[in-house]
Amino acid sequence: MPATVDQIFVICKHWLLGFAPAGVQPIFSALLSVVPILVVFPLLFAITTVLERKGLGRIQNRYGPNRVGPCGFFQPIADGIKSLTKEDVVPATADRVAHFLAPLLLVAAAFLAYAVLPIGRNMVVANLNAGVLFFFAVGSMVELAVFMAGWASRSKYSLLGAMRAIAQMISYEVPLVLASVVVIMAAGSLSTVAIVNAQVGYTGIWPHWFVFTPWGFAGFVLFMIAATAESNRSPFDLPEGESEIIAGYYIEYSGFKFALFFLGEYLGMFATSGMAITLFLGGWAAPFSFLTWIPSYVWFFAKLLTLIAGFIWIRGTLPRLRMDQLMSFAWKFMLPMTLLNIFAAGVWHFMPAGYARWLACIALVVAPFLLLGRGLQQEKKSGIRSYRFAE
Amino acid sequence: MSSLTDYLLVSALLFSIGLAGALTRRNAILVLIGIELMLNAANLNFLAFWRYGPNPAALTGVLFAIFSISIAAAEAAVGLGIILAAHRHFKTTDVNQMNALKG
Amino acid sequence: MTVSFFILAALTIAGTVAAMSLRNLVHCVLALTLGFAGLAALYLQLGAQFVGFTQILVYVGAVAILAMFAIMMTQRAGAVAQPVFTPSRMPGWIAGGMIASAVFAVLAWAIHSSAALPKTLPPQALPSQADAGVRAIGNALMHRFVLPLEIMGLLLTAALIGAVLVAMQEQQEMP
Repeated sequence: MPATVDQIFVICKHWLLGFAPAGVQPIFSALLSVVPILVVFPLLFAITTVLERKGLGRIQNRYGPNRVGPCGFFQPIADGIKSLTKEDVVPATADRVAHFLAPLLLVAAAFLAYAVLPIGRNMVVANLNAGVLFFFAVGSMVELAVFMAGWASRSKYSLLGAMRAIAQMISYEVPLVLASVVVIMAAGSLSTVAIVNAQVGYTGIWPHWFVFTPWGFAGFVLFMIAATAESNRSPFDLPEGESEIIAGYYIEYSGFKFALFFLGEYLGMFATSGMAITLFLGGWAAPFSFLTWIPSYVWFFAKLLTLIAGFIWIRGTLPRLRMDQLMSFAWKFMLPMTLLNIFAAGVWHFMPAGYARWLACIALVVAPFLLLGRGLQQEKKSGIRSYRFAE
Repeated sequence: MSSLTDYLLVSALLFSIGLAGALTRRNAILVLIGIELMLNAANLNFLAFWRYGPNPAALTGVLFAIFSISIAAAEAAVGLGIILAAHRHFKTTDVNQMNALKG
Repeated sequence: MTVSFFILAALTIAGTVAAMSLRNLVHCVLALTLGFAGLAALYLQLGAQFVGFTQILVYVGAVAILAMFAIMMTQRAGAVAQPVFTPSRMPGWIAGGMIASAVFAVLAWAIHSSAALPKTLPPQALPSQADAGVRAIGNALMHRFVLPLEIMGLLLTAALIGAVLVAMQEQQEMP
């Protein structure tokens, strides 16, 4: 019986597929896989906005939205109606085609990333051999959309925001990819399904997730930091920096296009969180062997909501970084740490199982962490400021 | 499935477009982009010959394409760096005006 | 010639032609990304999944963005884009176009008249294990092509350092 509940969506899909004539079955099958994703994740976005506003409100000692519906939970509907009925203002000097295409490209790229995320047992749109590579390739298209938005608006604020965003995203893409390399090494595959399958299994009641190894834990933390920066969230929200450049690259957008930017940003955050779950937190696998009767997709979404709660908590807690701090953190801390982490994973692979392996790997991860942290602390002595800019 | 000749023709067309751009455009960045297009045309050739060749299991074409992509990336980085340095010196990116050896 | 191949080829050619002929530099790069994406799709159609995704990651995600940065740093704010096709530049356009068409004509003639090309043969069957592509590429990189791989790593490091050194402003020029 649990197996049926676990596979209910897969069974439903096959049942519906039976009604389609043979000629259109491949298209119909793809449609049946894609449409639920197009429905579920925007819904999750709506829920997340209200949860985030309420959570931030609690952290900042105020009520969040509490007027629309029970406890303010119908706020996203009101927001949606508002953004749909607002006037769509396009600046007179804007490049109209690029200005129009940028939000569409952003949302399309964000949705494409879900194609390789296994959200349950046998529930993945496309099981590609190079799934992880596909994910990062699609993620790099977001930068293009951000640039188009910032440049096409012909506004200094939006161009500044776009330049900041691209510099930050390129810098943090390197540690993001390198942090996931350890998992690819351990699983021996670039396919997301194979990576999750490598983590399904239990020793006693404990699962075989990659996060429960020294290199996996370090990789997970580094991945999440880089993911926060990739999705332009606080404390890495310089591209939006409300107090400096108002709203960054989407300042000149209004109405539904603005809502699309918001949607794309949150979808990107969910996608990278989903990738972190797939790579480090065992995908849809249950955390204890006696909980495997709960369906796999429930576990995926429970983990996703936990990570989102972490994102909200971080946003409510940490102040924004400065640009030079952001860059030096990426290149002087994240990059060496991820490279050493790859080395630690290699040591783990070639040492015999036992306490020595644990000790060696923990030392390989903790020692550089302490040294690099000290190194960053000591270069606080700043001299005369010199500005570098292009003429 | 289209045949090998179609891919080769597309690749030849791509190469010619890149060549025309590199020869006629005056902005150094666009000249570089034209060169990148020619490299890409070569990549398409590698992959087409790998797919239609006698021994696709050897993967030689794929690996050549991967190496070629990395070389192209390195070339773009160095090339754009040189263009920035030249722009700082000549205050222009027009290749026709970069005609003095001495600054 | 299948329909999907025709659409992708047309997309690629249109993107690259636009990239080489538009007046606004940023439009050029945007069109170029379209061409690169079409090319990546052509790679996918050839069955080279890994190279197709690498193409998007490297060209759309890195080279195009790099070119954008270079344009942003070299264009003056508010500069009006100069027209590309002017009478004074016509000789250059005609000469360049003729050279390119001559090259294309020679290539097309060579492709059509070559006896060695299997014109109507279907493509060879790919080894179709579940993980064949990426695993085989990895094995080849680590065994048969390990020396080129090392040289490539050296080259990329040299390019990284070289690009930073070339583009860095000299210290005495600082205001």
